[in-house]
Amino acid sequence: MGACLFRSISYAAERQLMNSAVADNADLQRMETIAHGIRKRVLSHVLSNNGGYMSQACSAAELLAALYGGVLKLGPVESPIDPPQFMGVPKIGEHTYQTGAQFHGPKGANFDRLIVSPAHYALVVYAALIETGRLREDGLEYFNRDGSTVEMIGAEHSPGFETTTGSLAQALSQAGGIALARKLRGEEGRTWVFMSDGEFQEGQTWEALSAASFHNLSSLRIIVDVNQAQCDGPMETVMAIEPLAERVRSFGWDVSVVDGHSLSEIIAASQSDTAKPHAILCYTDPVRGLPILAERAPTLHYLRFTSTAERAKYEDAYKEMVQ
Amino acid sequence: MSYEIVTRPHQQNFIDWAKDKPEVLVLSADLTNSCEVGKWRDTYPTRFFSMGMAEQNMMGFAAGLAREGFEPWLHTFSVFLYRRPLDQLQMSIAYPALKVRLVGFLPGIMTPGGVTHQAIEDIAILRTIPNMTILEVGDATEAQSVLDVAHAVDGPVYIRMLRGEVSRIFPVDEPFKLNTARILSTGNDLTLITSGIATEEALRAVPLLQGNGLGITHLHISTHKPFDDPKILAALRSAKHGVITMENHSVIGGLGSAVAEVMAENSISAPLSRIGLQDTYAHGASQKFLMSEYGLDAKALVERVERILGKKLGIQESDLAEQRSINVHSSAKVEAL
Ligand SMILES: Cc1ncc(C[n+]2csc(CCOP(=O)(O)OP(=O)(O)O)c2C)c(N)n1
Ligand SMILES: [Mg+2]
Repeated sequence: MGACLFRSISYAAERQLMNSAVADNADLQRMETIAHGIRKRVLSHVLSNNGGYMSQACSAAELLAALYGGVLKLGPVESPIDPPQFMGVPKIGEHTYQTGAQFHGPKGANFDRLIVSPAHYALVVYAALIETGRLREDGLEYFNRDGSTVEMIGAEHSPGFETTTGSLAQALSQAGGIALARKLRGEEGRTWVFMSDGEFQEGQTWEALSAASFHNLSSLRIIVDVNQAQCDGPMETVMAIEPLAERVRSFGWDVSVVDGHSLSEIIAASQSDTAKPHAILCYTDPVRGLPILAERAPTLHYLRFTSTAERAKYEDAYKEMVQ
Repeated sequence: MSYEIVTRPHQQNFIDWAKDKPEVLVLSADLTNSCEVGKWRDTYPTRFFSMGMAEQNMMGFAAGLAREGFEPWLHTFSVFLYRRPLDQLQMSIAYPALKVRLVGFLPGIMTPGGVTHQAIEDIAILRTIPNMTILEVGDATEAQSVLDVAHAVDGPVYIRMLRGEVSRIFPVDEPFKLNTARILSTGNDLTLITSGIATEEALRAVPLLQGNGLGITHLHISTHKPFDDPKILAALRSAKHGVITMENHSVIGGLGSAVAEVMAENSISAPLSRIGLQDTYAHGASQKFLMSEYGLDAKALVERVERILGKKLGIQESDLAEQRSINVHSSAKVEAL
């Protein structure tokens, strides 16, 4: 069961021939290590917290490993940053509020920006930041802790976040504004938005797609974890969004459809230089790397163990992961 | 004080209640299990409609169904019922005064989901909308008996709902009554008016305050709109030293404001002190932490009383009845929100 519940991936016809020569083997190996580290860290966290957004790590590990592992041209972070304490909400006249963008390094005209949209992926994003030396090694120990910015649902003060998007499908419009501002300033860097597929059910996503192509925001990139899953179960049983590539393309975007677990495909798609805004749809498997998760189908969105026996199985899977 | 804990009060109750009401439908925006209606869907699959994560559109579908004589019960987290789809709620549902029921979960700062999941101004916003009826449940008895109340209203109803592990404070045979305050105690020194989970919290401190010789009239409010139960006016008139409101909501526009309006319009000059979020957003943390940080707990109530009386009562935090520990990982919820 499980994986086969998720539509036998229909993107084969869409898939473009990828030139894997663009990334060398060392890059790929490094990214693979990051992806593995993300799954491991998230599973370890879920085990110690009896719960968490596990399937999002399974589906998006390679996507985030590729982004943070080299696809994005981010400013450097000298050494892993401490998880900051929450210092209060933004207030008029007080300019002490710091966003989580600092974890993406200094901003610059030639640097890329990454806006994280699905805020419930925070755990996975934090794990990626740790794996790439941007967040302190013990950062997940502050996850969902009182007074910490390492919130369960990321907000703009949380590591890796710079917009508040836990009410989903609001990031792309804001990134559109950022990309427009950067275009007005003549900046070279690209503005990326990491999205989940559930966000393509909200009308605002489609309004943003229209506006981005209408205003020729060719430096805008979205990369989507198309895990074909959401809270209630497989998306096609909740509210179908396919054919996604065709629909996004018809809104004036260039669209690449890739195997979201193939680092070389993600890298190749990320290098395309287009005259239009560009969407990379990463079709993924919500149980990749943790096949026992499929036993919980059809609802994979949040993992909480229902028995000690189940928990033991995940402990075994973890042991296998760290071998 | 320890109460019976009811697990998932809405889940089976709503199934049983809807059995002989074929006009009752459920629309859901991808939070079906989180809102305790997964089993309802499986019981009445032909009356359940998955609308996906698309709340604005869900409002419109609800309006159309209601115009055709159905009674849609929308289930999602509160924030997703009135923030993004406010225009649709107003123009498609409230203006034509349609019988749509909005069942909103995670009121106020009960969730570690942070600012995007915390409905801290829902009552304020919805109170300004003509034709709206606004109900809030304070315990399991109300969560279960609110269904009849909402069903009987000829117009749109918003329910500020509780889920998961919920205390039973009020006897089962004392159900929710529309526009009817519950009198929890009487006394002439102070009038305390609370709603939602603030009532359970206030009850940790009230006996100690009374032990200090204070006479307290304590009202529990479960109907925010309409707000003209004569018991409220009488309680406000009787307060010798002052009136305190306590709500899991911003002090602007909610219970505290409604009480202020009644006092002003009736020339009641007792000082009013409003406990609630003081015009601020919050952040993601445990309920207990946030209630303490923002001064919404029993300790904050004692301090308010001391401020009004202008003297210390010598009540220590350790004297207060133990706060119910809220397990964020409770198996009574499908996630830790
Ligand atoms: C506007 C809005 N509506 C509802 C929610 C509640 N919610 C949180 S995650 C989620 C599922 C969205 O789909 P997706 O991100 O694809 O889920 P996943 O793949 O992580 O299971 C929903 C409905 C939300 N955060 N924002
Ligand atoms: Mg998804």
